[in-house]
Amino acid sequence: MSVFDLTLQDIHSKLRNKELTVTDLVDASYRRIADVDGRIGAFLALDEENARRTAQQLDKQLGTDEPRGLLFGLPAGLKDNIVTAGLATTCASKFLSNYDPIYDATVVRKLRDAQAVTVGKLNMDEFAMGGSGENSAVKPTRNPWHPDHVPGGSSSGSAAAVAAGEVYFALGSDTGGSIRQPASYCGIVGMKPTYGLVSRFGLVAFASSLDQIGPLTKNVEDCAYVLQSIVGHDPQDSTSLNVTDIPDYLSALTGDIQGLRVALPKEYMGEGIDPRVKERVLEAIRVLESLGAVVEEVSLPHTEYAVAAYYLLASSEASSNLARYDGVRYGVRTDNAGNLLDVYRYSRSEGFGPEVKRRIMLGTYALSSGYYDAYYLKAQKVRTLIKRDFDNVFANYDVVVGPTAPTPAFKLGEQVGDPLTMYLNDILTIPVNLAGIPAISVPCGFADGLPVGLQVIGKALNESTVLRVAHAFERSTDHHKQRPQLKA
Amino acid sequence: MTATETKYETVIGLEVHVELHTKSKIFCGCATSFGAPPNTHTCPVCLGHPGVLPVLNRQAVEYAMKAAMALNCEIAEHTKFDRKNYFYPDSPKAYQISQYDKPIGARGYIDIEVNGETKRIGITRVHLEEDAGKLTHVDGGSVSLVDLNRCGTPLIEIVSEPDLRSPEEARLYLEKLRAIMLYCDVSDVKMEEGSLRCDANISLRPRGQQEFGTKTELKNMNSFRGVQKGLEYEEWRQADVLDSGGRIVQETRRWDEAQGKTISMRSKEEAHDYRYFPDPDLVSLHTDKAWTDRVKAGIPELPDARKARYTSEYGLPGYDAEVITASKKLADLFEDSLKSTKDAKAVSNWIMGDLLGYLNANNLELDDVKLSGAALGAMIGLIEQGTISNKIAKTVFKTMLETGKSPQQIVEEQGLVQISDEGAIKEVVARIVANNPQSVADYKAGKEKAIGFLVGQVMKETKGKANPGLVNQLLIEVLKAQ
Amino acid sequence: MSISKQDVEHVANLARLELTDAEKEQFAEQLSAILKYAEQLSELNTDGIEPTSHPMPLLNVMREDEARPSWPLEEVLKNAPDEEDGQFKVPAVLE
Repeated sequence: MSVFDLTLQDIHSKLRNKELTVTDLVDASYRRIADVDGRIGAFLALDEENARRTAQQLDKQLGTDEPRGLLFGLPAGLKDNIVTAGLATTCASKFLSNYDPIYDATVVRKLRDAQAVTVGKLNMDEFAMGGSGENSAVKPTRNPWHPDHVPGGSSSGSAAAVAAGEVYFALGSDTGGSIRQPASYCGIVGMKPTYGLVSRFGLVAFASSLDQIGPLTKNVEDCAYVLQSIVGHDPQDSTSLNVTDIPDYLSALTGDIQGLRVALPKEYMGEGIDPRVKERVLEAIRVLESLGAVVEEVSLPHTEYAVAAYYLLASSEASSNLARYDGVRYGVRTDNAGNLLDVYRYSRSEGFGPEVKRRIMLGTYALSSGYYDAYYLKAQKVRTLIKRDFDNVFANYDVVVGPTAPTPAFKLGEQVGDPLTMYLNDILTIPVNLAGIPAISVPCGFADGLPVGLQVIGKALNESTVLRVAHAFERSTDHHKQRPQLKA
Repeated sequence: MTATETKYETVIGLEVHVELHTKSKIFCGCATSFGAPPNTHTCPVCLGHPGVLPVLNRQAVEYAMKAAMALNCEIAEHTKFDRKNYFYPDSPKAYQISQYDKPIGARGYIDIEVNGETKRIGITRVHLEEDAGKLTHVDGGSVSLVDLNRCGTPLIEIVSEPDLRSPEEARLYLEKLRAIMLYCDVSDVKMEEGSLRCDANISLRPRGQQEFGTKTELKNMNSFRGVQKGLEYEEWRQADVLDSGGRIVQETRRWDEAQGKTISMRSKEEAHDYRYFPDPDLVSLHTDKAWTDRVKAGIPELPDARKARYTSEYGLPGYDAEVITASKKLADLFEDSLKSTKDAKAVSNWIMGDLLGYLNANNLELDDVKLSGAALGAMIGLIEQGTISNKIAKTVFKTMLETGKSPQQIVEEQGLVQISDEGAIKEVVARIVANNPQSVADYKAGKEKAIGFLVGQVMKETKGKANPGLVNQLLIEVLKAQ
Repeated sequence: MSISKQDVEHVANLARLELTDAEKEQFAEQLSAILKYAEQLSELNTDGIEPTSHPMPLLNVMREDEARPSWPLEEVLKNAPDEEDGQFKVPAVLE
């Protein structure tokens, strides 16, 4: 058993009693990385020297009365689109392969304040575009449960590293499901908070109106700890919510969901959902009912339009967000430049992978003269309809549940070259981003050895209820205690 | 040009960019600057690094609102920021944050005086945006260097209706616009430093024709005079093309000050497609009445209102009032002076004559000289009291401008107090009369002018300090007595 | 909606991407499929529906006009692919 299988409270009590040091934890992380990451491919960069120095400093604090941060001593991995000063931040893109950041993301400062130890940067689909991890320009990440299968994406390294026990927790980002879907594929917990609850300052933008940073952890309690540490208003992010009374998420984990009203959208259990997934979700629903929740079928009628609206909006924003990668101030400039236009065209073409180019093309087209109303504006209006669907359901229900992804993890290479099919994998996660509301994926069993995730969706800023439901479910099951058999 | 005046009507519209003089940039905390070493006023945000986000400067919004109100615009109740997407090395994000379909101000106007008549020039819109960086072309133009200090300085773009009918009107419009911006204290509006920049659209049409002719866009005018001259050249060029049966090509032309002509920029006119969309990193603005009222309260009395008041309240001639109110600082000086003297016309004369003459001759701005209204008023007071003569006052005034000293101090230090002692002057008069028999004879022979020479001699003798009125009076007395 | 190779070239030019012929053909095909899929949005009547550009309704987020120190020049230029005299260096616009 790995030291990371201890609960957070157990780790902290062992640290207090000097049965364990932060250096031990950091050692455990790097040892595990050395043992398994060659097969998993979760990490893009390690920050070992700094991590060990931080560990030593924290260890000095152990004997004192100094107040300890919520995440004291916990080894963490960061998705490589979270900007870290002095530590390469590449978004798994060739273009940024030499980028040496000159500032820290707000969440990085928050993790430091909470006294977590960043051990390194995690693999991802290039610029967070993709749902399998295969769009990394560096290497694909493999699913710790089965090396032939993808870990999901785009937070592929974040999910795999937690599942493989390489870090205690990780941060990812979720634009259309990029935390929840890989969490589901890797059998861990992943949460996308309400849009604006966690600062986006220093998160390399993919689609600004949808992106949100969130935790990937082994269980719901850890998720609550990490969430508590990274939320809060940031004056450097104009879209950051100024919530004056952030709840204590830990205290929401009561296990009591008696009488809670749970909605199961029929669209989330329809055609295209793997029968094995449906079965696991129905089992999960029976667990919730056994805990006293009232589960009823509802309709979110515009669900089928979400994918189309999402890809237009996200790609449009991305086409503009990624225009700054021009080879003038940073990044890899082409060697084939005779003039400025060449600098732009060749640097970008050589620096971006096919999926990134595809989305830039789609977004540029959707915004271009004559098409704005038909595509971008139309998609924004459909976004309003999707938001209203949730408003209507939440008028009568506390949470919405369903599968996180239509299938368990697919095989590497299985969906490459068929972007549309790949996009449709996100049908159950995308509506949540469009509506800006919080959702969590929590393990709910297996299908032929591959994990399946249950998604719990809540009202805006009602993370507490989402966590409470996920925690109550988790407590009554042992799916989250399963570990992939990764021989060292 | 006469051909133009008779045959064609000129149609001009101006797009003016004004840099707002906030302390920090519009979307980050870097200080705005002019002339700092390259890239020393930059940060990850204005460098467009990955992951950064803009946060709007409230003062920039309020300056834009203030300027728009002073230009008689309606202020949008709901406004927002949009991204204007284009690649250029002076634009680090490859998009400019601007305002597309909901500008902060719209439907305003400026009144200008053309040949003694008031003409109203419509303002289509005023919007807020960020400035770009600066490119320097080196190595014979094969290489460009990028300085992003200016990048992110708040700008307003003021777009006029095509209501201007001559290059002179364009210049008058700009002068008025500049005055209004200075009154509102939102910008330095110095064209030489780029804090005011102007592009012009100009077309000709046969007199009486309704629809506009094909226009050209004129860039690179670096002064108000340059705008007028560039437009005059373009007016002449277009008339020439039309007269010879040619057609105007819609294009952008660059005014070459040295050559005194406009040159086609002939860039591969790639159709611009800026792909505007609302910036998802910024939220909308709602300008409620309390806010706009508060901003409005900060707008001082504007040049037109002041001008009207100066003619009615102080009885200044329209021309004087126009010149003085063209600059807020000048107008403030005028009003400050009137706290120490009641003679508005005298103040106006000193300002329009000696002050502006001195500034023009030495190529100075009002700020470059240390002149307060109190000092000017006090100096006029000294003349009124007979302490100094008008002539001495001219010397005193020049010294005031050069040294910033008070008139009293200058008069004292240089012993310039006017001699009004009758006995002392009488003595000099007697001596001068005795020494200039020819002039005395001339006077007696009816050549009244001869007295001027004698007065001059007395003044010379007294080093200009004798009270000229008294000298005149005593001379006549002495001459008549002879 | 079918995207031609010419459309792809036009869009690639706007986006400053240099595409190979193979990429152009592939994108023409894939973008056509995606846009055809997106056409289902036109089935929805959205008359009178306000567009959502932000999931959370925030207004008037502003900072006060205070200047703080800028970044040191060596940090500013640290990542520059090419520089000269404290400035980013690029080839001229044309030629």
